[in-house]
Amino acid sequence: MKSIEEIKSAIEAAIPGAGVELIPNPSPSGQHSLRLAPADAVEVARFLRDDAELAFDFLSNVTGVDWPGKEITEKVKVTRTVTRIVDGVEQQVEETVEEPRKRVEPGCLEVVYHLFSMAKKHGPIVLRMRTVNRTDQVELPSVTPIWRSAEFQEREIFDLYGVVFTGHPDLRRLLMWKGFKDHPMRRDYVDPDDFEYEPTAHDSVLARAAAHKAAIGGVAQKGTGAGE
Amino acid sequence: MVDQQLKIELGKQGVLVTTIEELYNWGRRSSIWPMQFGLACCAIEMIATTMARYDLARFGAEVFRPSPRQADLMIISGTVTKKMAPQVVRLYNQMAEPRYVIAMGACAISGGPFKQGYNVLKGIDRYIPVDVHIPGCPPRPEALIQAFMTLQKKIDAQPLTGEGRPRHLDAAAQGEFPVPEQGEHDLEPTSNKGVWPVPVVIR
Repeated sequence: MKSIEEIKSAIEAAIPGAGVELIPNPSPSGQHSLRLAPADAVEVARFLRDDAELAFDFLSNVTGVDWPGKEITEKVKVTRTVTRIVDGVEQQVEETVEEPRKRVEPGCLEVVYHLFSMAKKHGPIVLRMRTVNRTDQVELPSVTPIWRSAEFQEREIFDLYGVVFTGHPDLRRLLMWKGFKDHPMRRDYVDPDDFEYEPTAHDSVLARAAAHKAAIGGVAQKGTGAGE
Repeated sequence: MVDQQLKIELGKQGVLVTTIEELYNWGRRSSIWPMQFGLACCAIEMIATTMARYDLARFGAEVFRPSPRQADLMIISGTVTKKMAPQVVRLYNQMAEPRYVIAMGACAISGGPFKQGYNVLKGIDRYIPVDVHIPGCPPRPEALIQAFMTLQKKIDAQPLTGEGRPRHLDAAAQGEFPVPEQGEHDLEPTSNKGVWPVPVVIR
């Protein structure tokens, strides 16, 4: 099998201007991946399947990743002019101070595809795609027209992460029921409060059990304080 | 009640003395037909229990019925998701009395390893009355047989009149159990309060 760099240049040779970015994996497994620009993804996928040498005819796995927005606090040096009394005289003095500043790095949703070749007996190659954000621009192109095995897995990702696959033939919820709101695999999903007790409650579980007790109220209990 | 010693003595003479209750319960407990449905990996153990090695037929329960109308026993063999729970309750409602329920395995009795998940019902006994709970993940076929024998003992001990009689002989007993609705995040209601009072935990 070609190396990931060779595959990347093969894609770029076949489809000029295709947005392909190499994401290295520094771990011992060294499973590097290619991040595709959503606009070119279907074309790239078709090339990977149809190219005689690569012949990635089997899509084994599609999975989703949620990257929530991060609030980053950094210290920025700021120079400002302050009025001070020096030797009994009011003076304008330049002063440099470190000021903490917060910025929010926007999150996104990512979809990861693992491809193998049955014909050439090689693989896997890992493809990734990212949405613009997590709220309103969550469309990604579907690769179901290229690999039929993506159909249910993309439905599952739509269900659990909320990625909307354009070009998918039948995009409905797969695991959760019709009428379910939200996407339970997102990091900020809040579980329904149907939590009574856990025999060995501790840490966050104990806190959750205590919160539930407070919410329903009136159940005689000893020692459910979260601080125990 | 016939004296036990006298009964044995009469039996030796070829005279059978019994009560209607005994005969009735003997008939009921000796042909419990389970419903043929499995929910998860516990179902594999349930299948093994019916096969030659463990042979559930010894207890008169080899006839797994594909229709709830013909079944006496529902074995909840596996994880009940919140998507599946309304169907399980509906199937239970469709069974004719007398009907019994065995909750098999950690998931069916409490949610098991998936208890903290967002989509797993934390025990089917929140919606339907369960007669025997079996722990285990999954329980071995011997455990299911033990549950069967426990259920048989329970049926045997049921009087036909008065307190503790089976539901089909009690006109006032609840016959249909409300099927929960699938809401926006959870089932509504989250449990049937008449069947499952919120447990009191003392730590």
